[in-house]
Amino acid sequence: MNPSKSGAAIVASYADTPLRKKVLRRIRNRPTTRGAAILLGILVLLAVLAPVIAPQNPHDLASLSVMDNRLAPGSESINGMTYWLGTDAQGRDMLSAILYGLRTSLLVGLSSTVGALAIGVAAGLVAAQFGGVIDAAIMRVVDFMLGFPSILIALVLLASIGRGVDKVIIAIILVQWAQYARLMRAAALVERRKEYIEAAVNFGLPTRHIMLAHLLPNSIGSVLVVSTISIAGAITLEATLSFLGVGVPVTQPSLGLLIANGFEFLLSGEYWIAVFPGIALVLLIISLNLVGDRLRRSFNVRGS
Amino acid sequence: MTAYVLQRLIQSILVLLAVSIVVFLAVYGIGDPIELLVPPQVSAAERAAMIRRLGLDLPVLQQYLVFLGNALKGDLGRSFVHGVPAVDLILARLPATFELVLLAMSLAAVVGIPLGLLAGLNPESRPSRAIMAGTVLGFSLPSFWKGMMLVLLFSVALGWLPTAGRGETVSVLGIQTSLLTLDGLKHLVLPALNLAIPNMALMIKLVAAGTSEAMTQDYVKYARAKGVRPKRVVGRHVLRNILIPVVTVAGMEFGSLVAFSTITETVFAWPGMGKLLIDSIYQLDRPVIVAYVMLATLLFVAVNFLVDILYAALDPRVKLTGEMV
Amino acid sequence: MTSPLLEVRGLKTVFHDLKGAWPAVDGVDLIVEPGEILGLVGESGSGKSVTGFSLVQLIDAPGEVVAGDVMFKGEDLRRASEERMRNLRGDRIAMIFQDPLMTLNPVLSIGEQMCEAILEHRTVSRQEALKEAANALARVGIPSPEARLKQFPHEFSGGMRQRVAIATALLNKPDLIIADEPTTALDVTIQSQILFEVQKLSRETGAAVLWITHDLAVIAELADRVAVMYAGRIVETGTVDDVLDHPRHPYTLGLLGSSAAAIAPGERLRQINGMAPSINSRPSGCPFRPRCERALAICSEVDPSPQSDREHSYRCHNPVPEGSTP
Repeated sequence: MNPSKSGAAIVASYADTPLRKKVLRRIRNRPTTRGAAILLGILVLLAVLAPVIAPQNPHDLASLSVMDNRLAPGSESINGMTYWLGTDAQGRDMLSAILYGLRTSLLVGLSSTVGALAIGVAAGLVAAQFGGVIDAAIMRVVDFMLGFPSILIALVLLASIGRGVDKVIIAIILVQWAQYARLMRAAALVERRKEYIEAAVNFGLPTRHIMLAHLLPNSIGSVLVVSTISIAGAITLEATLSFLGVGVPVTQPSLGLLIANGFEFLLSGEYWIAVFPGIALVLLIISLNLVGDRLRRSFNVRGS
Repeated sequence: MTAYVLQRLIQSILVLLAVSIVVFLAVYGIGDPIELLVPPQVSAAERAAMIRRLGLDLPVLQQYLVFLGNALKGDLGRSFVHGVPAVDLILARLPATFELVLLAMSLAAVVGIPLGLLAGLNPESRPSRAIMAGTVLGFSLPSFWKGMMLVLLFSVALGWLPTAGRGETVSVLGIQTSLLTLDGLKHLVLPALNLAIPNMALMIKLVAAGTSEAMTQDYVKYARAKGVRPKRVVGRHVLRNILIPVVTVAGMEFGSLVAFSTITETVFAWPGMGKLLIDSIYQLDRPVIVAYVMLATLLFVAVNFLVDILYAALDPRVKLTGEMV
Repeated sequence: MTSPLLEVRGLKTVFHDLKGAWPAVDGVDLIVEPGEILGLVGESGSGKSVTGFSLVQLIDAPGEVVAGDVMFKGEDLRRASEERMRNLRGDRIAMIFQDPLMTLNPVLSIGEQMCEAILEHRTVSRQEALKEAANALARVGIPSPEARLKQFPHEFSGGMRQRVAIATALLNKPDLIIADEPTTALDVTIQSQILFEVQKLSRETGAAVLWITHDLAVIAELADRVAVMYAGRIVETGTVDDVLDHPRHPYTLGLLGSSAAAIAPGERLRQINGMAPSINSRPSGCPFRPRCERALAICSEVDPSPQSDREHSYRCHNPVPEGSTP
């Protein structure tokens, strides 16, 4: 009946059914993240170079002129400088304020993530290695922390210790370490069941060596991948706390605080004071999320 | 069942105890509340009398036990600022927050479940991909930023809706509500929507993932092989299975909605308990902060308990026994 | 001779991936007469389950039925609308699936899942439907059926669930039941009980059965005729007595040799060399050639056409001589 067909011949004969096109579209459809990675790179670069490229130092009150307050984007200052993104209520150049705000936001996001990672990874590793009562105690605390909305924990902590860049970082570390501890413990437990660890234990290697030289490097990967998205979470939390007025101090405004300062002028039509820092914040958060999500997918790590 | 309830009850009490210790230490242990209570010009004798009257001269443990004893009687201290019991202050603000949270939850379910079904049934279509992209934004954008954008769009640019306050309220069974007046509803829409967005995104994600997973299950194929109409396959076989995680997660998210209402209430100047918390933090009104945390915890614990019971009612495979951890 | 209940010609079902469209079912011909039990037998991956689902148009992407005719009572199902197919499924053509643990919806009651099979096809009251469902459960030997209808799948054992599935299949007195390895997941004792029930019910109701299995012993016990499937096609078909007693295709012979039931006690089990080719690496010529002890030069060049010897047909260039017994 049918002459024999090799694989190649079969490929050709149904190469154009509508269903086939649909199926192939599904396989090929992958969101592009290159744009997000480039955007993220630019934002980080701007933040790092802020002192060099910003037209004005927004922290230096002497260089501000109150006469220039709340100027629309594109206005010129008395001394001939153009405020491309307008000025705020103190007469601060918004572009400069945003560049410095980006710097503060990234600083808080990165350092709190590193701090939370360090504590969480250590706690998770210890819990997985020693098990028993130590594990139970650590995980009870983790469960307790994760049982409460992060914003609430941070708010109450800041209510008692006051505002400041360092204090916001502490608050975010306190909120975020628990998720890393849980992830790290899970990853390390999987790793501990593998034969090479068993071999190392039977070999009589010291526990500390097994934990730091074998368990840690082999199970930290998934935790690091998840932490990229958590940087975005940390930045969001910082912005929120600053917006609520309990975050960074007015002398070192982050993007969140800039938005809060502009919010009251939003209704009177002076949109630029709040909207431009808002755009910067959102670009930062979205690009971090897309890049982090892409990393998570390519390393096939499930989120917490 | 009784064993289970008992176990949960003990668990809940332990959680409340732990929270009370942590909060007491955090709020009373750090800093000296007397600085706030007594005007600087009072004499040293008056000051000492005040300290004694408030029990602040006692050891920390004893202070805590007094606090705990009072808490059990429903007394979480008096507001420094308003001079009334902190619990009363919060309870007075409770209805405003509740109507916001409940409306947000309903919005999330009413919008999220159909969109999630749509995205889960046909994940490759253009609308589905747009929906899923929207959920990423809904999750990741800061709540205050979304609130600001809603204000900018609907109030400043279009002029359709008011930006702040609760509007006109009516009293139902002694509780003030904005749900029953047109003006109140107008004021409620934007804050409720803002509070609902992340939950909506979560619903969509959950329902979409559940749907696309359920559609590959044998029981769906079997239902189709029985000649069951597609509408019933989705509306009964798939939805009934998805409902279990959806209800569970929706219930568990109740707590974070209450917590996140602090942000939304601040943006929209909504006079609920979240706004009260933020105001109290500004004014260092510690009894109110402590009372808020204790009442919020009580609320979370109670809601989680209800969710567990609901979960057992929805899933015939689950029997509530005391053995659960 | 009356017209067959189901006549399949050149059925072809492919699965798409980036590299091509791979045929899981590659030109299958089948005939099922009214009331008979046809066994469709083959190794896993031979395409027998895909054939079953292709018949009722229940192939989901990335799979696709691309060619062939499926004539059911004179109607071409490949050209039938989806709504027409829905009307036929569960009514004229019922299906029983392999894994009874997975096929019943865990969160709906047995009664609801049985009644919907009735209510989606006929306008009867809910009470009526529940009564029919209870009768059907009683017929497949489930005690206290009314109480059982209120229960959920997890309260039933695997064998009981498969009885539920059989009872459900019988609800609308179908002309054809497609049973996809319904006893594979069950204990041997329960398996033979169920085979006995199915045979009895098929005789009583006049429903034809297409019984898909990898187990020749089941076919020997149950079926009237058998079709042996290999690499997406039927390589041998005929009455159970003809095919099992006098196999002509070397593959059938090999299958018989590796079946415990067909071997005299004490004799060693034989096995067929090699593995069945996967869907994307089918050899040219006869697909069985690389594993065949009787292969000739022509076998790697030309795919053999079916040749028939009365009711018995097979696709082989060098068939097993007639009269030899396995």
